Amino acid sequence: MQRRPSLLLGLCLTLASAALSAAPQIDIGKGGQCVEETSWMRKNHMNVLKHQRDEVVYKGVRDAKHSLKTCIECHASVKDDSVSARADSFCVACHAYQAVKIDCFECHANKRKSAWVSGGGQ
Amino acid sequence: MSEMDIKRRNFLKTSLGTAALSIAPGILLFDVAHGTAAVSAAVRWGMLIDTANCREGCNDCVTACNRENGLRGANSTTNAQWIRKIDIKEVSTGRQVSLPMMCQHCAHPPCVDVCPTGASFKRADGIVLVDRHRCIGCRYCMMACPYKARSFVHEAVTDQNPDVPRGKGTVESCSLCVHRIDAGLKPACAESCTNKAILFGDLNDPASEISKKIRSVASVQVRADLGLDTGVRYQGL
Repeated sequence: MQRRPSLLLGLCLTLASAALSAAPQIDIGKGGQCVEETSWMRKNHMNVLKHQRDEVVYKGVRDAKHSLKTCIECHASVKDDSVSARADSFCVACHAYQAVKIDCFECHANKRKSAWVSGGGQ
Repeated sequence: MSEMDIKRRNFLKTSLGTAALSIAPGILLFDVAHGTAAVSAAVRWGMLIDTANCREGCNDCVTACNRENGLRGANSTTNAQWIRKIDIKEVSTGRQVSLPMMCQHCAHPPCVDVCPTGASFKRADGIVLVDRHRCIGCRYCMMACPYKARSFVHEAVTDQNPDVPRGKGTVESCSLCVHRIDAGLKPACAESCTNKAILFGDLNDPASEISKKIRSVASVQVRADLGLDTGVRYQGL
């Protein structure tokens, strides 16, 4: 009975270290100063993108600040110009960790415009 | 008017004023923050296609469209076509005409009428588009379009133009290169036409080149009998 607290403590420590090691390793691309606070973006990026999407599609208001294209411009990996090609790519790494499926890139390009142009389009 | 009524009126005035103040800065900030203004119905984009300048066998507009919008071209029956070249012949006289055919950007688009989800819509400046976030791929709009302008995307798409998102399971058609228009450019087909057969411009601006030309030369709308008021007009048809 006396060993129980130490067992419990050991278990907690193991779990904590497991959680730390399983935290997503994210390739943030160029990174730098984001348009909003990082913690705010983590929580609200989906709302920002959804608002922006309707503004663009229906009103033609292509605000560079909150556009998906601008996100990709900074956060696409410098290795392969993509935000979703690898397990540690910017979008995929967190979404896999959180088990939230993203279907943005079934239609939207996951690469920088410069990468698309150099790829010759097709 | 009793004293109570006056008080009530003042109360309403004040509260309305407060409400207006709290809304107004929000709207103001919103507009400033966006930088670019929303499209308005003051503009109506359209095209005038001069069939006399359109060469038979020339496919430059189609190639340019495919490149700009990341289409594969009509090398398979299921591939999307946003614009196609058509050669027509008047049987009795033998006169032949070549012309590009694409979404006619109707003022009263049947594709918008039939869309069950509201995905098919007309933008304020007259461009008929599909909001693919809402499209369920039912293809009613394809049935409704008298110009066969729309295509269904049957297969997964990769390597899209970052300015032109497109993907499997949705319907698409000529967007009049809306991303280029928003950037102040001409549609890719109009820019690529070496013979200047495609004149692009604002039909609502009486001083625009296209408005001047449709005032001075005879032009027709294809299937004008349907009363759709197309934004694309043809000369010499």
